[in-house]
Amino acid sequence: MSAPTTPRARRGPIANLNPVAKLGAALLIALPLVLTIDPVSAAVALLLELPLLAAAGLRWREFWVRTLPIWIAAPLAGLTIALYGATSGEVYVEWFVVRISEGSLQLALATFFRVLAIGLPAVVLFVTVDPTDLADGLAQLLRLPVRFVLGALAGMRLLGLLTDDWRALALARRARGVADTGRVRRVLGMAFALFVLSIRRGSTLATAMETRGFGGSGPRTWARESRFGWREWMLLAVGAAISAAAITVAVITGSWNFILGATA
Amino acid sequence: MTPALGVPAAVEARGWGWRYATRHKWAVQDASFRIAPGERVLLLGASGSGKSTLLHGIAGVLGGDDEGEQTGELTIDGEPAARVRGSAGMVLQDPDSQAILARVGDDVAFGCENLGVARQDIWVRVRDALDAVGLEVPLERSTSALSGGQKQRLALAGVIAMRPGVILLDEPTANLDPAGVAEVRDAVRRVIDATGATLVVVEHRLDVWLPLVERVLVLGSTRDGSGVIADGSPDAVLRARGAGLAAGGVWVPGIPPVFPPPPASPPGELLLRAESLVVSRVRGTAVAGPLDLDIRAGEALGIVGPNGAGKSTLGLTLAGLIPPEAGRVSASAALSAGEKESPISWSSRALLTRIGTVFQDPEHQLLTTTVRAELEVGPRALGLASAEIGQRVDELLERLRLAALAEANPYTLSGGEKRRLTVAAMLATRPRVMVLDEPTFGQDAATWAELVAIIARLRDEGAAVAAITHDEKVLEALRARRFAVGADR
Repeated sequence: MSAPTTPRARRGPIANLNPVAKLGAALLIALPLVLTIDPVSAAVALLLELPLLAAAGLRWREFWVRTLPIWIAAPLAGLTIALYGATSGEVYVEWFVVRISEGSLQLALATFFRVLAIGLPAVVLFVTVDPTDLADGLAQLLRLPVRFVLGALAGMRLLGLLTDDWRALALARRARGVADTGRVRRVLGMAFALFVLSIRRGSTLATAMETRGFGGSGPRTWARESRFGWREWMLLAVGAAISAAAITVAVITGSWNFILGATA
Repeated sequence: MTPALGVPAAVEARGWGWRYATRHKWAVQDASFRIAPGERVLLLGASGSGKSTLLHGIAGVLGGDDEGEQTGELTIDGEPAARVRGSAGMVLQDPDSQAILARVGDDVAFGCENLGVARQDIWVRVRDALDAVGLEVPLERSTSALSGGQKQRLALAGVIAMRPGVILLDEPTANLDPAGVAEVRDAVRRVIDATGATLVVVEHRLDVWLPLVERVLVLGSTRDGSGVIADGSPDAVLRARGAGLAAGGVWVPGIPPVFPPPPASPPGELLLRAESLVVSRVRGTAVAGPLDLDIRAGEALGIVGPNGAGKSTLGLTLAGLIPPEAGRVSASAALSAGEKESPISWSSRALLTRIGTVFQDPEHQLLTTTVRAELEVGPRALGLASAEIGQRVDELLERLRLAALAEANPYTLSGGEKRRLTVAAMLATRPRVMVLDEPTFGQDAATWAELVAIIARLRDEGAAVAAITHDEKVLEALRARRFAVGADR
């Protein structure tokens, strides 16, 4: 059975803001952090993000469940860098290809904070985004092509059906007596069958959209207005401020390390 | 009050024909008729006569020159149908692929947006449309949480919110349970009474739609000539053409399909037993049970119940394809023949000769590129000698009238042919228990009679048949013992 896609109503000052603003804020925060690799900028950004995360309207349990992958990825990424990252300064441990040095530990710390500082706001802001509202925003505010935005939106709804299809394909193969061996080949066959089914469903959906006048030549109106008011601008400003603060502190403390420039 | 939910429009065809770019044969040829504004028309024809193509043509969604070739003219109020998109609204057969947006209100509004209706008017229209089809759910309700009948009424609401002059219905109830069929039919009646819109319905179940229409158009097929071969009041057309239509697969009232003879002998030994069985698709989410059930050789069992009651899940569990949530399914010694007691523990190969399954959607089961190869899959998995395989396959091709299609690609077959193919593929390994999920769903009368005859013969040869269905006639024809799952809503 496909899960209903309508999210529950959420509380929290940010939850009901325009998705385009959330997208913008997440990008503003991420931008400087992907341009530098140092512990300070990411740590500052992470610290300043905390109120933002709290205001997003997620319940505690939901917060941890949704962000769990990031909490796992961040230390793992850090650990990898610590063990194998570029060596500099004093070397603490050396064993086979593993070399833990002052420099690699610093890079590890930077990576750890960076994954959290980019990942947490991105996930938290997007959990509260309704796809329909995002499509409205992208088409009405950013003027992205209507065909593309609404086509993608409607197509996304087929994903639930495809999950059901995939399950049925697997069961049908057991019923046909071919599920005991040749796993790789079987999965490839199922993938092809799913491809055929999805094209068929897609073309029915396209016909359904056309019968409702989609793709006609006349002007299109919007039943839901995508609003971008002072709150949305505020969110963008907060994103920009976090970004600016992170850069400033990093530059002042001398840890700014532009990723495209010469490495220290 | 704003007048009219749309102004009824006239539909006219003059020597109209259409050939899909990918086909040699014309789907419709030389069709000429005029439908007056507000007329209610049932469009009939044998399978393959191009009814659906004509309907798509009126809706203006057949596409341009790269999609196919057109002859003659097809107009709505004098304008070419392809150019006046939005003046004819259409509801399609499959309830699942028609909801375009995630929320009920947004979905109904979609058509209005495309037509450029002003925002404040859209929401008035959305509420009017939902009222008209009697869909009383919140505007924010998820469209995927609706039942089949509700989804079709939603599609209808989406159409009438556009206030079209013509409403087109392409087998809107073929995939619904009886409650859903009644829901949709009543909604259509209300809408037509309220709007006075022109109505064109394609359906092969006449009893559902005859009370609503005042005129019947019959499209010819290769056998009985091209274009419109009969046109008039339902009574007149059915009197003149009833027998021919029934032979072509249309369900004509008063001409019931032929029922197979009753079982020759009483049910035999116990093959499969379910005790305190609770079934689920996803672990932890029980959909039906606890149930107790016996399946015996030489007996047809009808598993019945409303949509969503867990009938299909029960079928898959009995068939040894998904594990029980609680309780157990056990095969008798006669069925298990050396395997363990519980079918879910059997290998996929062991299942072949013991329990066969035909899925609701045939395409989920197709594995190869020719009909013959499809039938060879099971016997090959059993490791039979090639002479034996050849013999079994030839026999089945003959018996299920697939011989002429032996080298065809299974995906290109018609709905009825695909259904026969998946039944044949199951029979190739001679299972003792057969689980069939909606074997007659959406089939025309000819295919229906054929499938029922095949199932009855298997039953009489000593197989146990468990058919999941909400087709009362199937149960009647097979003299099936009924097993009800879930309470009626």
